Amino acid sequence: MSAVDAGGALPRRSMEILPALTPVVVALVAAPFIGSLSTFVTLTAAGLAMGMMIFTMASGLTLVFGMMDVLNFGHGAFIALGAYAATLVLLPLANWSSADSVSLNLAVFLLAVIVAALMCGVFGWVFERLIVKPVYGQHLKQILATIGGSIIAEQLLYALFGPAQIPLALPKTFEGSLIVGEAAIEKYRVLATLVGLVVFAGEMLILNRTKIGLLIRAGVENREMVEALGYRVDRLFVGVFMAGSALAGLGGAMMAFYRGQVHATIGGEFLVLCFIVIIIGGLGSVGGSFVASILVALIANYAGFLAPKLALVSNILAMVAVLLWRPRGLYPVSGR
Amino acid sequence: MSAALSLVDVHTHIGRYHILQGVDFDAPAGKTTMLLGRNGAGKTTTLRTIMGLWRASAGRIALGPTPLQSLAASDVARLGVGYAPETMAVFSDLSVKENLVLGARVGPLDDARLAWIFGFFPALRKFWLSRAGALSGGQKQMLSIARAIVEPRELLLIDEPTKGLSPAIVGSLIACLNEIKATGVTILLVEQNFRVAREVGDEVRVMDNGRVVYRGKMAALAADEALQNRLLGLSLDSHQ
Repeated sequence: MSAVDAGGALPRRSMEILPALTPVVVALVAAPFIGSLSTFVTLTAAGLAMGMMIFTMASGLTLVFGMMDVLNFGHGAFIALGAYAATLVLLPLANWSSADSVSLNLAVFLLAVIVAALMCGVFGWVFERLIVKPVYGQHLKQILATIGGSIIAEQLLYALFGPAQIPLALPKTFEGSLIVGEAAIEKYRVLATLVGLVVFAGEMLILNRTKIGLLIRAGVENREMVEALGYRVDRLFVGVFMAGSALAGLGGAMMAFYRGQVHATIGGEFLVLCFIVIIIGGLGSVGGSFVASILVALIANYAGFLAPKLALVSNILAMVAVLLWRPRGLYPVSGR
Repeated sequence: MSAALSLVDVHTHIGRYHILQGVDFDAPAGKTTMLLGRNGAGKTTTLRTIMGLWRASAGRIALGPTPLQSLAASDVARLGVGYAPETMAVFSDLSVKENLVLGARVGPLDDARLAWIFGFFPALRKFWLSRAGALSGGQKQMLSIARAIVEPRELLLIDEPTKGLSPAIVGSLIACLNEIKATGVTILLVEQNFRVAREVGDEVRVMDNGRVVYRGKMAALAADEALQNRLLGLSLDSHQ
């Protein structure tokens, strides 16, 4: 047996399971109050879909904050840019979107989200070089600079696309609902859930099975030591920032499809939610963000049904409750 | 044979504090040079400045013919400099294996070298897939040193490796350092434990107030109790 394999039978790292079960606990607690099974299934499916879209947006932010220690208040600009980028694909290819062809519908959808992610990745590189790089290590200046950058980006979007909302119709295949028993689940919510799961699986695969992923996880904990091992952390930072921006764009495009319209304020709307999610999840933890996104979305949905007035503050209450239980979030990252 | 390290009139400022105030010394190639001194003398700052983690505000640092003083830490490491800091700085959320995979920057882990390392630190084999954060302080120290030597290096900078270790582990560490030295690596070792210094050191440099105040052979300092007391004072008595 080789030395590297020698540990195959030795104790493995264990993952705390309890925080991951919090969405399940919330669902089980809410179920009796909701009463109707079909309503519960509909609310839960909607919550999962919303959670996956929030996760897609927030996971980029948690990596950027966790690894680079950058408070990027400009993250919302990439969410908005992603939403607009989707329209750039959808509007000229409207006939693909409205065609009675699953493959054309799927192609135009995939093209839209991929273009959104790529565009945001490229603009993320520009944003990092021009706005973030000069203020590394200076939190106050980071807040000011990234908010400033975000305002400029938002105004540029208004200048380019106009102040009015732009309608964004779903490709025909994804319109309507699937009927499961007595519950109606929108097709697009199923798609959004699947995309979110693919994003999560991809991120976990990269973070846990590749050397780049190891470097990112190590960099979140102690970037100085990563540098002292001979790795060029500054290049890694740029890559992580681009990936984080691309994820924000992907999430923005998904959300725009869900809402059926695009407006530059979408970024600001979801930025606060993204911060809540990464705080609940544990700063720098992708797994934590995943659980927190589902938790926040489910709570918002159940609260919206059971006590609509409470829904307005449900995210904040969820954050307070989690932080009282685990002050560093559901899955705290060492060194954070 | 690896390259010699030299520092000429090196100054380091941290904020408004002038920590290194003209450090001059060399560490001969293939030898173990002990960097001793009271707490606050500037030993850790010297290692961090060599490593590029703090930038020298003046002076020259060279590994063989290559100047280091203007290089980033990653570039210093790429010249073959391994660093095991006082804080150990193991990646707690990564497994022992993953920590060593990152230490092996140039290629995959070498089984023969791993077996050599496991010979000194068997606990690393035992906890190979365990979270590094779950290791004891001594085991983290072993991991930190193992990570620094998991690939062949030109120069090793090791900061207080025996701090808080049990005598048995210190014995393994001494054997490890002597074997590394036998491979021709230049070692600069900050150490408070004089017994360790005496057993592994060839050369010694003593620092005080941000300067090197003594250069000589370790054996000569070990044999001269009066000199030890004058240079190292109480710190020596407390660590014998």
